Amino acid sequence: MVRLVTHNLLACHVKGCTTNNFPLAFQDVQIELQEAEFNPEFVKNLIPRLEWGALADAAKQVGDTSLPPEEPDMMDDDLLQKLHHVLLEIHVIEGAMVCPNCKHVYPISNGIPNMLLAEHEIG
Amino acid sequence: MSRPELQAPPEIYYGDTEAKKYTKNTRNQQIQADMTYRALELLNLPPDEPCFLLDIGCGSGLSGEILDEEGYIWAGVDIAPSMLEVALEREVEGDLFLQDIGQGFGFRPGSFDGAISISVLQWLLNAETSHPTSSPPHRLTRFFTTLHSALRNPSRAVFQFYPTSDDQIQLITSIAQKAGFGGGIVVDYPNSKKAKKVFLCLFVGGGGGAQQQIPQGLEGEDDEHARFERRREKLKTKDRSGKRKNIKDRDWILKKKELYRQRGKEGVPRDSKFTGRKRKATF
Ligand SMILES: C[S@@+](CC[C@H](N)C(=O)[O-])C[C@H]1O[C@@H](n2cnc3c(N)ncnc32)[C@H](O)[C@@H]1O
Ligand SMILES: [Zn+2]
Repeated sequence: MVRLVTHNLLACHVKGCTTNNFPLAFQDVQIELQEAEFNPEFVKNLIPRLEWGALADAAKQVGDTSLPPEEPDMMDDDLLQKLHHVLLEIHVIEGAMVCPNCKHVYPISNGIPNMLLAEHEIG
Repeated sequence: MSRPELQAPPEIYYGDTEAKKYTKNTRNQQIQADMTYRALELLNLPPDEPCFLLDIGCGSGLSGEILDEEGYIWAGVDIAPSMLEVALEREVEGDLFLQDIGQGFGFRPGSFDGAISISVLQWLLNAETSHPTSSPPHRLTRFFTTLHSALRNPSRAVFQFYPTSDDQIQLITSIAQKAGFGGGIVVDYPNSKKAKKVFLCLFVGGGGGAQQQIPQGLEGEDDEHARFERRREKLKTKDRSGKRKNIKDRDWILKKKELYRQRGKEGVPRDSKFTGRKRKATF
């Protein structure tokens, strides 16, 4: 299950692919929603690690437009709830993630992304 | 029989049959659980902050289930598809990745609040192929370097593993050091042949002196089960300001069971072991 929280922390790790290697673009994805317990503290803790634009964009790619495109100055409870949903309740279960730079395709099957690299792609 | 890591590559050794056998064995479950609780203790996470953890070589999720119970959000990586398959069947909550840790990680800097790894590191000491990039020092270097950057400053990574010699310990710690980690080896019950356990306790950043001291190993012969229970108790009683779910919290178990039941009722999509409660259209 790739939740958007993990997607937001993931860049391409192919050898030499160090710029413009984030965020990985979703391709032909199938998603599932699974309820998760709302923990506002956890969400708040995550915010400094997130790339907001990439998150809002990834959410849009999977059909969720609840986040503003830019990080708001104020985090109210309503926004934390929305963030919680986007980060932890949307699971990508099929499809692929594609590097915007080197175009490496990380296929996602049965909820599990295949991050294995070929010999020549190892740094 | 020789040690598993000498018999076959991990994704072959942990095939369907072994993955199931490994996970079902109650004695193994208990040993892995015990070491997971001890690793969490050594991680020394801030008590009131909900954390995002990485489980390195998560296998079938024996540790992951404990991370779930303790209220951590986590992601796990493993190279054996059959082990991950079992983890899916057991409905652990962490995100699972098929990944060879010897190839390094792509996680962005400061992604995780900590990492644990139970009974995995010894697998990195054997060459996968004859290709030069697959020598153990190369693989360990990529692994520790990319892990170091994926962790927050300050934080810790704790590895229980089975070294066969002091040279192996030396190799691992020197490469971890070069990758920027502080810390060192903690040996629990060093004088007991049965209970002895080796932990590599790595630190990112100083974290203000005293916090990042190498912890003491446990002493004596200690009965295994008592140890396990004590650790459970200890973690349970930690003040999590109600945010961590107590293992024996009935409401929580009921809620969880209810959740599983509802997921089961809805049926699962083709080719998928997922059992989400709501579903959206494909894009
Ligand atoms: C003894 S099992 C431990 C599994 C789990 N940590 C537990 O405690 O139950 C060792 C695990 O390490 C994984 N492993 C070995 N080499 C690996 C590698 N290079 N990358 C990722 N995982 C690896 C194996 O696939 C296996 O699942
Ligand atoms: Zn790339």
